[in-house]
Amino acid sequence: MQKYLARRFLLAFVTLLSVSLIIFIMSRVSGDPRHIYLDDYSTQEDWDRMGEVLGLDKPYYQQYGIFLKGAVRGDFGDSVGEHRPVTEVIIERAPATIILGALAFAMSLLIGVPLGILSAVKRGSFIDTIGKLIALIGQSAPSFWLGIMLMFFFSVKLGWVPPYGKQDWNSIILPAITLGWYYAAANLRLVRSAMLDVLDSEYIKLARAKGVNSRTIILKHAFRNALIPPLTFAGVTLGALVTGSLVVETVFAWPGLGRLAIDALFSFDYPLLQGVVITFTLMYITAAFIVDVLYAYVDPRIRYA
Amino acid sequence: MAADLSGIVIAPPTRKAKAAGVYRRFKRWPVIPVFFLSLVVFAGLFAPLLVPYDPDKFDLRDRNIPPAWSSGETAVKTVVEKVLINDRRSNVKLADAQEINPNAQIGDKIEVFIRPEGSTKFLLGTDHLGRDILSRVIYGARISLLVSVVTLAVGGTIGVTMGLVAGWYGGFVDEFMMRLVDIKLAIPLILIALVLVITLGQSLWIIVTVLCLFIWPRFARQVRGEVLQLKHMDYVSLAKVSGASTPRILFIHIFPGTINTLIVVATLQVGIVILLESTLSFLGAGVPPPTAAWGSMVSDGRDQLAAGAWWISTFPGVAIMITVMSLNWFGDWLRDTLDPRLRQLE
Repeated sequence: MQKYLARRFLLAFVTLLSVSLIIFIMSRVSGDPRHIYLDDYSTQEDWDRMGEVLGLDKPYYQQYGIFLKGAVRGDFGDSVGEHRPVTEVIIERAPATIILGALAFAMSLLIGVPLGILSAVKRGSFIDTIGKLIALIGQSAPSFWLGIMLMFFFSVKLGWVPPYGKQDWNSIILPAITLGWYYAAANLRLVRSAMLDVLDSEYIKLARAKGVNSRTIILKHAFRNALIPPLTFAGVTLGALVTGSLVVETVFAWPGLGRLAIDALFSFDYPLLQGVVITFTLMYITAAFIVDVLYAYVDPRIRYA
Repeated sequence: MAADLSGIVIAPPTRKAKAAGVYRRFKRWPVIPVFFLSLVVFAGLFAPLLVPYDPDKFDLRDRNIPPAWSSGETAVKTVVEKVLINDRRSNVKLADAQEINPNAQIGDKIEVFIRPEGSTKFLLGTDHLGRDILSRVIYGARISLLVSVVTLAVGGTIGVTMGLVAGWYGGFVDEFMMRLVDIKLAIPLILIALVLVITLGQSLWIIVTVLCLFIWPRFARQVRGEVLQLKHMDYVSLAKVSGASTPRILFIHIFPGTINTLIVVATLQVGIVILLESTLSFLGAGVPPPTAAWGSMVSDGRDQLAAGAWWISTFPGVAIMITVMSLNWFGDWLRDTLDPRLRQLE
């Protein structure tokens, strides 16, 4: 177990390092950062002083060192557009993304898992058809389009919820549905096929032969074992929700980190962009790490492998 | 003595039986997905011959025209001499009113089209710049097709080669490659892709390169797994004993054994590539405008929703959805047909 954890930890570290390297290289490829900080009225002296402050007069590997040193302390410099520390901007925007992600995640489980079980138990029934439809749309419709369609029907046509931004408590409904749909679909498929496999196994047949009632069989014997694949997937989901927020927050103008990343990218605000990318990667890695540990805990085969 | 069969009439199949036969055939063969996929490929290949208009030709006089079957929308407005900006919703200019009804006077109420009727000139309507949506959807198939073919060829080749090498040699090479795959799974790749595309410049080739980063690991993992099984086969040992070189063994003896599963993986990956490409272009990091790409068309329509122009976003999105759905469907069918073992995967 400890070896397993250590490996995971090392991997997380290497991942973070490579992401920071990519983002550092990109920020330098895009040009001298002084071009964004200084305006046309700056003198050569300003230029040189700025270079000294930012460490631009040093060779690249040392600049990377400076960047890393700052990043470890949570210091990514000042945002060009907002004129204040990047960390401050990120902390301000993070809650919106976390709430949205949490709601979408909860939704994907609450819809995907029960519907997956029902689809498997009542195979070929009406519920199974509904489940198939949800899964089909979720897996093939691009989320940005789904969001726009929902927005048109429920905000523009029916006027039930606000179309953009974070105005009222109900503003979050459409973004959460849009974000959660794909994962609800994925969970549904996973749970359904895992349930079908388990229901077909010998020990379920034995339980049935013993005369255990259906309900107990499904909830106690089958469901627990059918939970392993969706749990594995949960790690991917949590991480991917972070990325999905890029799209959904753009569609609904939701004031979270995803929107912030896109804005920073298109305004070439590299300090801010670096901060957001590292934050996203951290969230991604943490989610994956937690799930890995949980997974090893649930499935002993992994712990002792 | 032969039985007298003259009185027996074989009933023609009832309508119900016929329908059941058709249904079975549809269930057995992927008719629907293959039909849609051929449609997309056909549209992509012959776009210039199929489109009614140049996809990039714009005319602001034709902007936001709804699809042909749409009946338009009218409102009753008051005729006034001069329309102030704030009263545009309720007032209409005298000259405009007289175009509809020559007897219109100032102060009259008159019914005016606030959204024109659809016309057969533009079957799927026009966008905010007056470009024909049907033509753009057809041209959009080109971009999706081009991007997925090139990405698949390049990314697939890289992935397969890495998988072959890692599976064959094992040890350090294998370890290194699998860790690369792990890293790929552990980073928010779409964000990195966005950063790469915007920083390095928006061109088709950069987008394809970035998309290759997404798909090679899937191929590499699949092939590696197969190689691990195949390399202990007798025919491989035999080839080794007869002095075949390693590249020869890998590409002539082992690679063909992996093709079945590769076809399945490739089909399913195309769907992913199309979704990713459209996501990038929706976010503004796709093939640069005005080139018609499905993702950016959906994005164009977002700002026109408030004006009620639902059709701008809808049709390109439907195109993406149908394509991806067909690919998934076809891929699932291939998987069941070519290799039942794979059913457990994904």
